This record gives sequence, C-alpha cells and structure tokens, in this order.
Amino acid sequence: MTFAEIRKKAVAEWEALQSSSKPRILVGAATCGLAAGAEDVLAAINEELAGRGIDALVTRVGCIGMCYAEPIVDIIKPGRTRITYASITPELVPQLIEDYLVNDNPRPDLAMGTIGEGTVEGIPRLEDLPIFKPQVRISLRNCGHIDPEEIDQYIANGGYSGLERALSMTPREVVDEISRSGLRGRGGAGASTGFKWERLLEAPGPDKYMICNADEGDPGAFMDRSLLEGDPHAVLEGMLIGAYATGANHGYVYCRAEYPLAIQRLEKALRQMEEYGLIGENIFGSEFSFEIAVKEGAGAFVCGEETALMMSIEGRRGMPRPRPPFPAQSGLWGRPSNINNVETWANVSAILQRDADWYASYGTETSKGTKTFALAGKISRTGLIEVPMGIRLGDIIEEIGGGIVGGKRFKAVQTGGPSGGCLPASMLDLQVDYESLAQAGSIVGSGGMVVADEDTCMVELARFFLAFCQHESCGKCVPCRVGTRQMLTILERIVHGQGQPGDIELLERLSETIRSTSLCALGGTAPNPVLTTLRYFREEFEAHINEKRCPALSCTDLITFYILPDKCQGCGICHRNCPVEAIAGDRRMVHVIDQEKCIKCGTCLDVCPERFGAVVKVSGEEIQVPSEPVPVTAPRPGREDAASDEV
Amino acid sequence: MRERLRPILEGHRGHREALIPVLQKTQAELGYLSEEAISEIAHFLGLSKSDIYGVASFYAQFRFQRPGEHEVKVCQGTACHVRGSARILEEIQRDLGVSPGQTTADYKFSLERVACVGCCALAPVMIVDGTVHAKMTVSQSKKILAQY
Repeated sequence: MTFAEIRKKAVAEWEALQSSSKPRILVGAATCGLAAGAEDVLAAINEELAGRGIDALVTRVGCIGMCYAEPIVDIIKPGRTRITYASITPELVPQLIEDYLVNDNPRPDLAMGTIGEGTVEGIPRLEDLPIFKPQVRISLRNCGHIDPEEIDQYIANGGYSGLERALSMTPREVVDEISRSGLRGRGGAGASTGFKWERLLEAPGPDKYMICNADEGDPGAFMDRSLLEGDPHAVLEGMLIGAYATGANHGYVYCRAEYPLAIQRLEKALRQMEEYGLIGENIFGSEFSFEIAVKEGAGAFVCGEETALMMSIEGRRGMPRPRPPFPAQSGLWGRPSNINNVETWANVSAILQRDADWYASYGTETSKGTKTFALAGKISRTGLIEVPMGIRLGDIIEEIGGGIVGGKRFKAVQTGGPSGGCLPASMLDLQVDYESLAQAGSIVGSGGMVVADEDTCMVELARFFLAFCQHESCGKCVPCRVGTRQMLTILERIVHGQGQPGDIELLERLSETIRSTSLCALGGTAPNPVLTTLRYFREEFEAHINEKRCPALSCTDLITFYILPDKCQGCGICHRNCPVEAIAGDRRMVHVIDQEKCIKCGTCLDVCPERFGAVVKVSGEEIQVPSEPVPVTAPRPGREDAASDEV
Repeated sequence: MRERLRPILEGHRGHREALIPVLQKTQAELGYLSEEAISEIAHFLGLSKSDIYGVASFYAQFRFQRPGEHEVKVCQGTACHVRGSARILEEIQRDLGVSPGQTTADYKFSLERVACVGCCALAPVMIVDGTVHAKMTVSQSKKILAQY
C-alpha cells in the first residue's frame, strides 16, 4: 500500500470510531495512571460491561496531564459529547456505568469536564477550566486522545504528514524551516535546533547518526516519559524528519531503563513503522533510508549529557569528554552525530505537519513555541502541562497548579531540576523563558517545577540537590568529584547544627570554581541550587549557622518536640504511639519526652488531640518542662464527657 | 553458565556496543551479574573482565550480589523528597534491618533507593517487584510490605 492508501484507510477507521454506535471508554493507563490504580479500574470496567452485556470499546490511552486526578476515565456515548471523569476508583465504576451508560445520567458530580463539540448540563468544558485554559498542547497533542499502540490512529490525526511534507522539500529547506520556527532544544540546554542540524548537514558522510535523548534523569521531570508512553510516533516521526534534513542514516533512541513501558511502546511503534515502510530502506519510495535502534540506559544521570550518552551507547563508562569537537564533527564512534531531546522531536513533527510561522507565533522573541512543565511537590494540581513560552510563573503555580496543597504558603519553586534554582514568591511575576529564568539565577531546564511550601527547609533542599549531583558525578574531573563532595560536607554540617561562620562564603567560593571549571554541565550546574537558595533565602542559612535554628522546623537535628505541662491532659495517646517508647507518663500525669531517645518523627504531634494541642515542635529555643511526669494540673478544655478523653 | 547465557549472547554481535544490553539481559535472567557470568561475557565479547567490571560498576542498575525475592525501591527524587520520602525510606530500613543496596538475611527483600521514576505527580512513590505504589505514607508502606 502507498502511504496515501494507508492514510485513507486510517482516516476512515478513525472517523468510523468517532461515529461508532458503541460507547467508547478511554482510560489513562500510562505509568502514573497505573500507579494510581488504573489497572484495577480497567478490570472493574471490563467486568461491569461483561456483566451487563454492554458492548463497548475500551482503550488504554496516554497521560492527559492531570496526574493529581488519576485514575481518569473518559466516556463517549454514541453521538454524544466526550466526558472526562476524574479520581475514579473500582468502587465507583459500577455506579458510573449504570448511571451514565444505562440511565443516561452523566453524573456531573464525578465529571471533571467535557472535551470537543457540544456541552453537557452541569459539566464545564475541560478547556475552560483554569488548569487547561492557558495551555497549548503541541508536543502533547495526542496524549490522552489516541491509543499509543495504534499507528493508524496517529496517522489519522496528521501523523507522518510532516515527513511527507519534508520529503517534498530539500534537506536544506527542512533545516531552514526548523530554524525559522525558532525551536530550541527542550532537554535543558536550549540550543537552537536549526543550528545543530546545520552542523550535521554540513558534515561529511557516509555514516551520520541521529540520536534521541530519552534519558530524562532530572528528578521531578516526567514529560519525556509521558510523550513516549502516550504518543511515541510523534517523536519517531520527528527523528525521521531530522535524519532526512541532515543526511543521517542511523538512529538511536537512548531511553532510561527506569521507563519500561516507554521502551515497550517505542519498540512496538518501530515494528509498526516497519510494516508500513516508514523506516528502513527507501522510505515512502524515496532515496531516504534510516533505521532506528533502542538502547536502554543503565541508571546513570550523567548519561543524559550528550557525550556521556554516546559513550554509553558505545558500551563504555558514561563519562563526558570536552567539546570541541562537537558531536556534529565527531560523535558516536567518531562519526558526525546529533542529539535532540524527546520533546524537541515531538515539536519537530508538529512543525512540519503545520508550519514554522505557526509555531513561531507562540512564545517570546527569543523563546519561541511552547514548553511542557511537570508540576510536582506541594502544589494542588500536580501533573504535566504545556504552555506558550513567556507565561507568567505565578500563573503556572496559581491558575494552572491551583496553589499550594493544604492551604499552606508558597515558599519557592525549583525549576530545571538539580541544575536549576529555587525561585521565591518575589519572582512569581517572572516571564517563563530561557533568558528570564537565567537572569533570575535559574534555568528552564527540562521543565521540572517542584514546589516548596512554608514547611520546606531551603538549606535542606539545597543539600538534597547537591547530594544528588555528588552521587551522580562520574568522577572524571576534580572540580566536580572533589568540589561537590566538599560543598556537600559543608551543607551536611550546617543542617546537622554544626555550621560555622565563614561557611557561606566558602560555599560561594567553591561554587564559582566548580561552575567555571567542571568538564560538563553536571558539575557546571551542580552549585546552582545552592547559589539560588543563598541568593533568595540567605537568612535561613544564617539562622542554621548562627542560631542553630531551622525556620521551617524541618532539620531533624535542629528541632525539638516538647509536651507542654500546662496543656497535657495525660491521655496517654502519644505514649502509646511513640515508635521508640520515648514518652513517659501515666493516666492524668503530664507526659515527658526523653530527648535522648526521641527520633523527631513527629508522631506525638500528629496524634495529640487537637483540643489539647499539648505537643509543640520548636527550633532554636528550649522550653522548660518537668524532667519526670507530674500530676496534671491544667484545666480540662470544656468537655462534659470525661471518659471520652481517652481512646 | 555458557548454555544459560547462549540465547542472550547469540542475539548480539561480539562487539563492545553489545556490552550493556548483554549485561542487562544477563541480570534479568540471573538476577545479578555473577563472576561466572562476567567471565562468559568477557570471552564472548573479547574484552577483559576488568574492563567489563569497569563498565558495569559505573551504572547503578547492575548488582553483583544475589538479590532478595522481592525488590523494594523507594524513590528519593525531588518531588518524592518534598513529600516525605526520606521518612518512608528510614522506616523501611528500620523495619527490614537493611540499608539501600542490601538484601535481608533471609533473602526475602532487597532494598534500593532510586533517584526518580517519573511519577512525580503521585509522590511519594514506592515500587515493589515492578508494581508502582503511589502517594505512600509510612503506615501504608508497612502494610504493603507485610503482604509478602
């Protein structure tokens, strides 16, 4: 079959599906959906349908980005508007199916929103909700809508039309198209994609390599995982376009082993491409030939760095090397190579499917297009979003993200993972793009945004990121190997209450050296979290060092729990729940915590009845309490029923 | 050992490029990389054992000791950390009596810390034998492990 015939058939099937006389049920079954329990929900759905003799089409789809509301189930009744149901449990399934499929009650109380044409009374349109309104889902266009294991569904939705268009242009024209779009690498470095492709196009053959970096090592980032699980073809089509534009004939997708579902979907997608002649020799009957192999990472964050990644593909220790020579001059096995990130590839296929000017109409002067962001941490609506570059940071946190969970106060947002920085509340008006974030001391990076609230200690957060970099350091260069170790030692002293005057200055000096002399970006950016927390939260460092106080009441060695003698009613709940039996006391005796035994777990604070409020957590101060249990003298807080004070 | 590894080695050319995939498949088959297995692989690829150890020991994925029946991974990535994963790991360590990277004396559990599994929106995350458990608390993690 020619591609035109394949597409015609795919479109016909897709349209038949849309106007199917059977109800369709889409279940978000990517890794986060599954982690939230989607497998059990799917089983419950199938069981219920079978029990009722309802013939419905049930499909596993990728992530639509509302991870906080998983498991998500979409129901499309024949001829009716698609409705998205959130937080569906196996227990809710029978009711939902009976109510909506049988009795035509769409259950607005369980619904989150509608998608597509038409409205349903009592249910808002999903795109009008604060979480979706600002979003422009370009790379994520198909996630949550198509079955990622059906190439025909991808084709029916514009899939591979980008490749078709590219093949009708010259390679040089395709490179120019990407340059004109303003696309910058979405993996973190933000280098001009067109520029990198030019270098590879200019390089001599006959063997040139095109690589997809799917190592996604930043803790807090999961956009590449979602793309590969939800729409692998968007990425693969991008690679084909890039290979054609630059004369590359061999391709690799280097995917971290921690993403088994993504690897599975990639391999299936490649097999389907092979069946349709979309990969291998003479693609679309043209002169263009390209093959792709999948390589699994083996658990090394540094292998996300392009030169280390190539070493890993070659079967070596993943240690970076100096550049120049850049990969386009000498890459995999010394041959000209180019590496781009998963999200970059998904944007490439979108750009060729539409055009460069459309893409460049989004974003800012220097940061064109859209970017995905993974919202995690103390934010209410955790998940994956895609917004035009230039959006206000506060809009992401408050509008889309719904603010801090539990009504607590926003403290900072870490952008760009361990290479980035923490931005405080005063920076919420910042426009999110490469230049603005860099000026503020952070980076866009892969797009991870981890939100911290008033209970997060910024010194500890800086220590955490540095510990991560230290652990992942490949060890090749002294500034990183030794420098991060030294910085970590200092930070550990500080969080354990042994900070010394001069520590801050030492951290700053070390940071400058490590930043400017490390061989690769791992070492080069490892000091960033420390530098930004020093820039915006210096007073927290000073409190730790000079007062041995943790303002966030978080650092274990700097906090103390006390039972207040004027509040304790001797109910015994804390005594019974203490995991290390550190609380002494009997009925109606003021309980006392043995500070030697206390492990600072906070259980006593959690279980002390709210109306007593006798347990406090403090830092940097000492409260006078009896050294042994004494009889309770505090008046009982207004309760008639004495017996119910004890559980 | 040669017989056991034959299906794995046959699928690859005897080049260095095959080293990491071969190591990964060998570990999937045996549960870890034994000295015997590495000898076989060295022979097949024409590399020295020290070269192979040099590569294998660089990557966190590879184990050189027999693992437990059940693999427990507690994610310590940023999002999980902010949502309390360090406490959970501490408690599990206390309960099982092992540190990350170790196996319990009865070979029932192996404990690992992992940097990030990409389910950040459902932090804190714990994975037991490949099943991802989300929004963990200390008591929930204990309950799950008690099932084994």
